Amino acid sequence: MSARVVNQRAWWLVLPVLLIVAFNAVIPLMTVVNYSVQETFGDNRFFFEGVKWFDQVMHSARFHEALKRQLLFTAIILAIEVPLGVAIALAMPRRGLWSSVCLVLMSMPLLIPWNVVGAMWNIFALPDIGLLGWTLNKLGFAYNYTRQPFAAWATLIAMDVWHWTSLVALLAYAGLSAIPDPYYQAAKIDGASAWAVFRHVQLPKMKHVLTIAVLLRFMDSFMIYTEPVVLTGGGPGNATTLLSIDLVKIALGQFDLGPAAAMSLIYFLIILLLSWVFYRVMTLGEESS
Amino acid sequence: MRRFGWLVPALYIAFLLLPIYWLLSMSFKTTNEILGGFTLWPRNFTLENYRKIFTDPTWYMGYVNSLTYVVINTVLSVTVALPAAYAFSRYRFLGDKHLFFWLLTNRMAPAAVFALPFFQLYSAIGLFDTHIAVALAHCLFNVPLAVWILEGFMSGVPRELDELAFIDGYPFWKFFLKILVPAIAAGIGVAAFFCFMFSWVELLLAKTLTSVEAKPIAATMTRTASTSGYELGLLAAAGALTIIPGAFVIYFVRNYIAKGFSLGRV
Repeated sequence: MSARVVNQRAWWLVLPVLLIVAFNAVIPLMTVVNYSVQETFGDNRFFFEGVKWFDQVMHSARFHEALKRQLLFTAIILAIEVPLGVAIALAMPRRGLWSSVCLVLMSMPLLIPWNVVGAMWNIFALPDIGLLGWTLNKLGFAYNYTRQPFAAWATLIAMDVWHWTSLVALLAYAGLSAIPDPYYQAAKIDGASAWAVFRHVQLPKMKHVLTIAVLLRFMDSFMIYTEPVVLTGGGPGNATTLLSIDLVKIALGQFDLGPAAAMSLIYFLIILLLSWVFYRVMTLGEESS
Repeated sequence: MRRFGWLVPALYIAFLLLPIYWLLSMSFKTTNEILGGFTLWPRNFTLENYRKIFTDPTWYMGYVNSLTYVVINTVLSVTVALPAAYAFSRYRFLGDKHLFFWLLTNRMAPAAVFALPFFQLYSAIGLFDTHIAVALAHCLFNVPLAVWILEGFMSGVPRELDELAFIDGYPFWKFFLKILVPAIAAGIGVAAFFCFMFSWVELLLAKTLTSVEAKPIAATMTRTASTSGYELGLLAAAGALTIIPGAFVIYFVRNYIAKGFSLGRV
């Protein structure tokens, strides 16, 4: 990277990307900013309101509840998916036919449209005619995800683990395959335990891809919308109404543009801030070494 | 411990396949059988659900629409990302770090935030309900991702390659197309795979930006689910068919997935 030369004409090369992303990002974002400080009564006349909507959202119990649910959801799925993904990657065959079979099968959930994932789990977990719901009820658990908040949460988390653990596993696997064999031979000669190999050889080599995995999973789980809407519709009650679902309810359902816009901006800023914190924490010590 | 190591991926893959099996099994059942009670496999095996999808234009056009905007988006994203990735990997220029970071922040923008403004923007420029609109909108998150992946791959190509080509008198565009692009073919494959994937699975924006002409299959499914009541078999068949393009694409990049992940930093 140190060999990069200063060349201002490189701007011409990034210009197409800049234009296409700016068109999609800056104009809509300015629209949102515009709405967030104005009041409208649906007749295309707008009145400047200052920070009223921000104040309202920041002090709204509804927003706090949705944010708490969102943080809880993200924390749970990160705590499950990251260790599980690493464990799967460690146990996967390194080369040969079986490794290809594993990679292809494990990528499958990643390429299914999100509403189909929701619909699939909806059918799978139906208490009377779904494989999962029926089995659980036969085993003596009174399980009904449309009625019980706990069951709805468990189903939602199982669905997300089903959907996204493969991403972590694939990234971790990629990190592992980049470790040259001599590392393992050296560890074997030293008589290192499996744990020591993991701790001192494999984990440091996976650090980079794991940073990406955690960041991607954090961002995407924080933005999750389609799957829970199709699976539970945010219910029972508001039990699984995560931030995006609440936002769409306010913006498109009630058409409260001002509060929705203010909430959008706060939401976006929270993601940016937390991503930055994650990134700093996970790359801590990289700069000093 | 080592001897039973294969159990972990095997159990995990079994867990992955169970809901998919259930979807397939439902798609071969009649509505009566589905609502009649629990059956582990289809008793009255039927292809009626699939027949309906392949003969009814409102259904099969959904697949055509989805594939159209996904392919446009993939080609567009990779094409504009290639020169930009080259710039980021080879040159320093005013504001390069800020630009790169700003690009990545767009990957963090929730689609729910942009749904309404996108609807207004694309209506205003007369692109509402076209494939181009969805393809352009998906560039919001796919272009930054493609730049990121390709930059990783290009940084893996030694600079000497560029210098030798320029000494040999290659003009820039010729070097780019004839030497650099083939050298990072795997990276282009991986970037295209990710663009295809994220555009294919996204629904919220695709649904917001279309009504009839460019309606994606996923939207057809959700609308059918609400209008025709409980046609679970049909819904399951439509869902099962959406898995096929993904499986097809994975097959082509299967040897590059892992390699691409590590080289391309994603």
